Amino acid sequence: MSALQTISSLIYLISAVCYVLGVHLMRSPKTARRGNGLSAVGMFLAVITIIVTIIVEGKIDPIGWVVLLVGLALGILYGVVKARKVPMTDVPQLVSLFNAVGGGAAATIGIFDYLLKGDGAALSVAFSLPVLLDVIIGGITFSGSLIATGKLSGHVSGKPISFPGARLLNVIVVLAILVSAYLMIGLPTNVWYVTLALVMSLVFGLLMTLPIGGADMPVVVSLLNAFTGLAVAFAGFVINNQVLIIAGALVGAAGTILTLQMADAMNRSVANILAGGFGTDDSDSGAAAADVPVDVKETSADDIGLQLAYAHSVMIVPGYGLAAAQAQHEVAELAKVLTDQGIVVNYAIHPVAGRMPGHMNVLLADVNVPYEQMKQLDDANPMFESTDVSLVIGANDVTNPLARESGNAISGMPILDVDKSKSVVVIKRSMSTGYAGVQNPLFAMDNTQMFFSDAKKGLQEIVAATKQYLA
Amino acid sequence: MSQELFTNLAIFVLSLLVGFEVMSKIPATLQTPMMSGANAIHGVVVVGAFVIAAEANSALFYVLAFLGAFFAAVNVAGGYTVTDRMLGMFDRKPAAKKGEAEQK
Repeated sequence: MSALQTISSLIYLISAVCYVLGVHLMRSPKTARRGNGLSAVGMFLAVITIIVTIIVEGKIDPIGWVVLLVGLALGILYGVVKARKVPMTDVPQLVSLFNAVGGGAAATIGIFDYLLKGDGAALSVAFSLPVLLDVIIGGITFSGSLIATGKLSGHVSGKPISFPGARLLNVIVVLAILVSAYLMIGLPTNVWYVTLALVMSLVFGLLMTLPIGGADMPVVVSLLNAFTGLAVAFAGFVINNQVLIIAGALVGAAGTILTLQMADAMNRSVANILAGGFGTDDSDSGAAAADVPVDVKETSADDIGLQLAYAHSVMIVPGYGLAAAQAQHEVAELAKVLTDQGIVVNYAIHPVAGRMPGHMNVLLADVNVPYEQMKQLDDANPMFESTDVSLVIGANDVTNPLARESGNAISGMPILDVDKSKSVVVIKRSMSTGYAGVQNPLFAMDNTQMFFSDAKKGLQEIVAATKQYLA
Repeated sequence: MSQELFTNLAIFVLSLLVGFEVMSKIPATLQTPMMSGANAIHGVVVVGAFVIAAEANSALFYVLAFLGAFFAAVNVAGGYTVTDRMLGMFDRKPAAKKGEAEQK
């Protein structure tokens, strides 16, 4: 090793340590931001090291510099502007977009080195196998993540998309990928072999994500996050750079665990989600025309305002409908009106409330809801018995008492014990079922009242009514 | 198997194990920021973009190097920015001034 190689390898090692410690610190809310900062420091060190390395080695030509610097500048500009402007409700699709470009970059590196090092000659398996894995996983992640972004942002229909012959097409594409693998590993390099591998993996990425419903997308995004990590690790094998291998493997493992935890919180298995076809859409308008059963009690904003004004303790149960209607400001305003009068207000947050685990906390933190008022499942459940009014906003499955019984789609799913509170008010657009497709007996209980409205509009009316009674 | 490949494989496997170990039992509250934080870390692929740009010597290679640099830069710059923004919200004191939330 030259002196330069020694020093750069050691700095890469330090940056790898920064990533591991950074992720470790991100496990607690108190240190999470520092953890992300530490990981950014590691990234900064790695970038400085590679800049010094290519300057000292002096191999890069002027066009190479221009291409590199213009590409980086545009990328940084685009990434930072996107990240600064994105509303917190749209974070999942942004993460998915970043997965796409990460996977795309990894695939690009694999294609580049295959063509450069190969140059028509035969390659060793030790080189061509990582290239192959890099290109295939990177390609799948690229197209799959773009579809996931589209589904989450509504540019692509959230409904599971399938067509006749999809299964057969899947088989053909997988076979084509295997053929490209044989060509790339067994034969001298050829630009068409790697093109075949790339195109087929892009098609596979589409076929993999299109049949999956929008509500399951966050789990898919997390899985593709793990895929991107692996693609980056294989890119590290290709260019023989250990910091890529370490960081990529770290993300691959971390993403896998997160995916399993998310799927678990939704009471689904990853295999079941990937099979696709589950649920129709993630906006609960699907069955908007469903008849309102006679045995539910409807109420008005005015009556809810009255109940809230005379309550001692209120538990707000936010769900996906709140996030979809972007009603976090209204709910925070209502909570403020109540707390100003000495009424105890807390939020009961189910692990999968919002788009994905932890998303609701981010949305509420965004509108200055104090961290202490956000109660997680285990802390919230004992509080319901002493709660006067539970205000369920756009949540359904996570409050369904059927989960305690066996023999239905949500059996065994941890739920919020909303039904144990003295009075329950449900704000919901319609009687349609949640994405599990199960009727919710909570809505027909004696102490439950339904208020059919969009979360944002409904909350505005309730705030106005409550103020009137408190004045 | 070459020594180099073996070393890289050992590093890969052990890093996977570290990843599994460090990620167990993440509170649900932090899963979204954690996913975003891990997302930023795979932005390290930007190092690879530098490596290929240094070796580019023909039109096709320049195009690939440009794409690699652009994609990787979006990932790394955007990933850290949005994660920091999210975690900054948890950081805020309960009595934080409203201005901060409104500035976007």
